[in-house]
Amino acid sequence: MGLSDGDIQALWLSLQLASTVTLLLLLIGTPIAWWLARSCSRWTLPLAAVVALPLVLPPSVLGFYALLAMGPNGPLGQLTVTLGLAPLAFSFAGLVLASVFYSLPFMVQPLQNAFESIGERPLEIAATLRASPLDAFFSVVVPLTWPGFITASILTFAHTLGEFGVVLMIGGNIPGVTRVASVQIYDHVEALEYADAHRLALVMLLFCFSVLLAVYAFKPEPNRLGGEHDGD
Amino acid sequence: MLKTGLLGLRVLRLLLATMAISLVSDGAGAEGISIAAASDLKFALDEIITAFKQTHPKDEVTVSYGSSGKFFTQVQQGAPYDLFFSADKELTTELAAKGFAGSAVIGYGCGRLALWSASLKPADLTLDFLTNNAITHIAIANPAHAPYGKRAKEALQASGKWQSLEAKLVYGESISETAQFVQTGNAQVGIIALALALSPALSSKGSYWLIPKSLHSPLEQALIVTKRAEKKPLAHRFASYIGTAPARALLSRYGFEEPSACTSTKAQKAN
Repeated sequence: MGLSDGDIQALWLSLQLASTVTLLLLLIGTPIAWWLARSCSRWTLPLAAVVALPLVLPPSVLGFYALLAMGPNGPLGQLTVTLGLAPLAFSFAGLVLASVFYSLPFMVQPLQNAFESIGERPLEIAATLRASPLDAFFSVVVPLTWPGFITASILTFAHTLGEFGVVLMIGGNIPGVTRVASVQIYDHVEALEYADAHRLALVMLLFCFSVLLAVYAFKPEPNRLGGEHDGD
Repeated sequence: MLKTGLLGLRVLRLLLATMAISLVSDGAGAEGISIAAASDLKFALDEIITAFKQTHPKDEVTVSYGSSGKFFTQVQQGAPYDLFFSADKELTTELAAKGFAGSAVIGYGCGRLALWSASLKPADLTLDFLTNNAITHIAIANPAHAPYGKRAKEALQASGKWQSLEAKLVYGESISETAQFVQTGNAQVGIIALALALSPALSSKGSYWLIPKSLHSPLEQALIVTKRAEKKPLAHRFASYIGTAPARALLSRYGFEEPSACTSTKAQKAN
């Protein structure tokens, strides 16, 4: 393809960011989605709205607050100082943190739908078999909803790859640290290097298209799933 | 491969069309002009427009601020701007050469670089102090495409500090984003446009040190009336207003030197 070292570094960084965020969100998003799907608390609606915020909020709003919060006078900035950690702005950790929030709905919403779709019955049966809630979750819910986990993970991964505005506002564009592929493309365009922009943009386009194609081609078939498990 | 290329092109064209439409709707109304201006002009040009409107109360002037490189592309794609104020004179010269100008290239000022900080003591605002361990992040505009970034890099190179400081650098996409990084304290210090350091938003919040212009090539700034506004009298009237005493005074208050100051440093460099 003739990608430069800088382009490859940026792509690699994007992949690292997307994988880290996906893994973290699997850990954070699963309990949130479970709670949203199961709880009757009056706090579920406000929480669901907060989770969905990044879908509608301009990245500039999120980036602006992140930049202020991570500064030496912001709450996150003071927290990192108190804990003796490095400041979050212009760091990979800062990008991960912002992206976790930014991609939260892409993990939580598909999982919540999956959890809601199985209904109460399987859990009631598990309870009569004296399965603890945690045991029931891993041996009943996860096998029943794993297509939801795959969809949620792929969407989260792809959405983080496509992140741009927030990264631009808090990243500081440091090669190998915060200069992800989307920012690298923007820089090529800004520098009027259209041929370079085209090459990297095409790679992103093809990659994201394949990812989405995979999501749409992936139709959960409970029967076949059951069959596979029988074979195990 | 070819098909995807075409698709990319089509998406791009659609994108540019949408951009143009949205610009038409906020930009040129029934009567008036719309200006594209480099972000370093934000405060100076706002005041110039206010002054202009006092003597021309019926004229409508709207302005969009952004990076000169982006406007350079947009003007070529038919964006509905009547005037383009570029932080880099070369971009206006190139537009004129390509037939996108409706006037001569008119120099309006010579920009200066300032080392600005919200937290450092004024005495510590020197290029030498940047190597100090207390400073972990230095913000400059992206030298790959921002005129002020290019000059900041030149200044650091000329003072022999580029290599030792490179690991501390963070890059703003425009000179105003660079200033944001410093204003929010995420970077302790930054190299920004003097025009921004002198702005109401920043001047009360920190201090600056003027970087000697002998350290970098001049920041020659220029404007053109675009081809589409060639026959708009208001566009030409506004362009000539920039050369009048009230406008010159405002530009100079925001640190823009006379255009001749740029050419004289150039002459010195050549010698």
